[in-house]
Amino acid sequence: MAKVHVSTSVNGEPTEFLCDPHETLLDVLRNELNMTGTKEGCGSGDCGACSVMVNDRLVCSCLVLGAEAQGKEIGTVEGIGSNDSLHIIQEKFLEHAALQCGICTPGLIVSTKALLEENPTPTEEEARYYLAGNLCRCTGYDKIIRAVMDAAESMRRGA
Amino acid sequence: MSEAKEYKYVGTRRVRPDGYDKVTGRANYGADLALPGMIWGKILRSPHAHAKINGIDIGKAESHPGVSAVVTFQDFPEKSQRNPSAQNILANTKALYHGHAIAAVAAKTEQIAEEALGLIEVDYEVLPPVMDLDTAMAEGATLINENLKTAGLPEPATESSNIAARQELKIGDIDAGFAEADVIVEREYSTPTVHQGYIEPHACTVRYDENGQSMVWCCTQGHFDVRASTANLLGMELGKLKVVASEIGGGFGGKTIVYLEPVALMLSKKSGNPVKIVMGRDEVFKASGPGAATKSWIKIGAKNDGTFTAMQAKLVFEAGAFPGSPVGPGTMTVFAPYDVKNAKVEGYDVLVNKPKVAAYRAPGAPQAEFASEMLINELADKLGMDMIDIRLKNAAREGTQALYGPKFNEIGLVECLEQCKASDHYQSAVGEGNGRGVAAGFWFNIGGVSSAVIHMNPDGTATLLEGSPDIGGSRASMQSMAAEELGIAPERIKPIVADTEMVAHNDTTGGSRTTFATGMAVIEAAQDVVRQFKERAASTWNVTPDQVDWSDGVARNTAGDGEMTCAEICASAGRTGGQITGRGNINARGAGPSFSVHIADVAVDTDTGKVDVVRYTASQDAGRAIHPSYVEGQIQGGSVQGIGWALNEEYIYNDDGLLENPGFLDYRIPLASDLPMIDPIIVEVPNPFHPYGVRGVGEANIIPPLATVATAVGNAIDRPMPDLPCSPPRVLKAIQEG
Amino acid sequence: MAIVIFSSELQKFTGEERIELGVSTYRQLVDGILGRYPDMPAEEITEKAVSIDGMIIQDPLLDPVAPDSEVHFLDRISGG
Repeated sequence: MAKVHVSTSVNGEPTEFLCDPHETLLDVLRNELNMTGTKEGCGSGDCGACSVMVNDRLVCSCLVLGAEAQGKEIGTVEGIGSNDSLHIIQEKFLEHAALQCGICTPGLIVSTKALLEENPTPTEEEARYYLAGNLCRCTGYDKIIRAVMDAAESMRRGA
Repeated sequence: MSEAKEYKYVGTRRVRPDGYDKVTGRANYGADLALPGMIWGKILRSPHAHAKINGIDIGKAESHPGVSAVVTFQDFPEKSQRNPSAQNILANTKALYHGHAIAAVAAKTEQIAEEALGLIEVDYEVLPPVMDLDTAMAEGATLINENLKTAGLPEPATESSNIAARQELKIGDIDAGFAEADVIVEREYSTPTVHQGYIEPHACTVRYDENGQSMVWCCTQGHFDVRASTANLLGMELGKLKVVASEIGGGFGGKTIVYLEPVALMLSKKSGNPVKIVMGRDEVFKASGPGAATKSWIKIGAKNDGTFTAMQAKLVFEAGAFPGSPVGPGTMTVFAPYDVKNAKVEGYDVLVNKPKVAAYRAPGAPQAEFASEMLINELADKLGMDMIDIRLKNAAREGTQALYGPKFNEIGLVECLEQCKASDHYQSAVGEGNGRGVAAGFWFNIGGVSSAVIHMNPDGTATLLEGSPDIGGSRASMQSMAAEELGIAPERIKPIVADTEMVAHNDTTGGSRTTFATGMAVIEAAQDVVRQFKERAASTWNVTPDQVDWSDGVARNTAGDGEMTCAEICASAGRTGGQITGRGNINARGAGPSFSVHIADVAVDTDTGKVDVVRYTASQDAGRAIHPSYVEGQIQGGSVQGIGWALNEEYIYNDDGLLENPGFLDYRIPLASDLPMIDPIIVEVPNPFHPYGVRGVGEANIIPPLATVATAVGNAIDRPMPDLPCSPPRVLKAIQEG
Repeated sequence: MAIVIFSSELQKFTGEERIELGVSTYRQLVDGILGRYPDMPAEEITEKAVSIDGMIIQDPLLDPVAPDSEVHFLDRISGG
């Protein structure tokens, strides 16, 4: 089957790629664009490890086709901060030890950023429900939620 | 308890050195490596739970365009085919569970590999599936392995059986113990097949090289074990296979078993290309993991004042399709938290047509101690005693002889119980209509072989190579311990999980051993460096090394004037005898047992049977918390895995033995929205056999939640809940049936 | 003399629960036990972990045994 040519933007950079019509955005990011920060935990939209933004909407990239990225703006964990200039959410995850194995962390960073952009003053319960689509098997979520609440407060104070 | 010593870096909450890469997405996990010329491997899996394989025709698959190689069991060298693990990695003459690997294909793309799997023709003769313990142990049961005879019977077995082994432990006189009792309680319990549920599926990328440069990159808890298993199955020398442990996305015991790597390497050998295999989530559930399902019967006799006089158990564990369930540690741990003079425990290891069980966090202990802890709460209720008081009355202490043999040294069970009792949680009233539960847990922790090397760089920074995959923040602990010994800032030490060529053998990360055992190797390597620092300074000052004092990263001449910093010694090392490397190659002895005591309050929706954990407190004896944040993280994470085990998680097989819920939607692990904060209590009763008192905290915390939560549910609805999980249908049924 | 205490499983071979042996290392201990019970398969103890005064050693060989040590054999533990 002929490949599809897609013009899109990834983390603000104009990007073109060829993909099979059935190929997911997750596979395109990881295998075509070598952006392996986005992780695959289930391939069925249940775990949130592959969370990315498509035009400011939080999605599981395993449930989006690569071809659907045409003309859209894609945001991944690689666009959020770098080792020498971390985003406040990333800083708070480190400070609160909100990760153990770290495989769910990129998805949670993306989801947390989406949460705080939508709702800068979430209650603990709101944060827990917003992030319910991001599975973590290591932490029991306690330190993640603390990091998220602390990041929200710091971002409000910084704003 | 020995006096608490003050440390500069041990016990501080530092940012983990590997954390930056993990929050930015740079960290590379099992599926993140691509090599030039790489092709994709896929595994064909049995659609039947139990079937004879009369033949496998791979002809069409092999000739499918884009396919480079197909392998089956017959591709293992003949000698390797006798290795018991070979038949789990690829089925030989029988498919033994739904999802059992039958053959593998490597092709240019994942899609072509998938297509080729459909072209492999397997001639199955379907056999009746043996899916539960009663069926497996029944007279005349269908045999899963026709050659298996029960081990451990008083007389050698003559007939084949699905019962792989029986074992027994006893102390004292069980009959006399029950005769002494004022009260006797007994009950049967069951726990389901569960999965470790790590979020990262098994994955590897490999490259075979006939000239001795073969390489495996994979997510594993033990890359030295992957090297040993893979080399053994392919008939290779260890020195010709490098295994690199990628970052690992969770394991909990499930990544101590080798599934993919030998298959991938055979595909690479046959095709001449690097090969990558990544399991899908359904494959993870169907063919890896699980934790053993169990049935048990417990009987306890006690005096009216709560003193236990006799404890008896029969534990029956599913092994999956091959022998080797953790019933052994089950029998050893079931009553381990208590001082009991008369006890008897029987254990059975039983085959069923499910995947071979893997270790799961304190393997065997959660299932066994679930049953005993439930019955202790029932006994407390019957005697009108407080759940913590009855445990304090019988708690194992220093000098108590454990049922499994030795006497305990210093242990922290009493401290865990007392701190839980004093907690704000336990002192608060239980909410209207809610239920409360308490339970304790014991796990041995293990030591074993660890190796570490510290290279000092000319500017005084250090590179620390250790061989234990870091599954929960252990590099941060290694960094703190090395810094403490060297007297230099932790940030000047870079800890690295080295591959199998950069450091000597290390036992697998598991058994809560890493911070304890690998920590000891790191401490020894650092002490080796300090010894050399003193020698170099001594030679500079023309004094003897014992005249040099080393503290806070500075050598001081006690026989005259002179100070040299670590950086100064390293800068001149080339001129004083060459660069400085310290090493620690040890077999760590004296692992310290860890106890954990939890409290849960739950609310039950009596219309739906749904249970909400509304408050949770978890204590655990860490010995010494090297990095308190990650100790708390272990306690919280283990608690929540245990809560999932108690409330929702179970494998659901249909009548044909096919797994019906191989995904996170239907195998329901806890979500952020399911839970309250988990309040951790770190107890520190130092392990006398570790320089800093470390016990290891990875496992004991998953034991108490099962009985803690099930007791709380039972108390909320005033019904016993002896069968896990306490899922909504089961809770509703208990309410309705009364 | 070191005190060796046998589990109920090992008592099948030893017929006794507790013995005393004048040894100073684990290796001598094993030789002493196997010499005393020639019908006991060696792996019944050599494949096990040992506890010497409560210190559990998974894979012993040269480890010292003190004159008043208490020794138990137990199954090797692996972990998750």
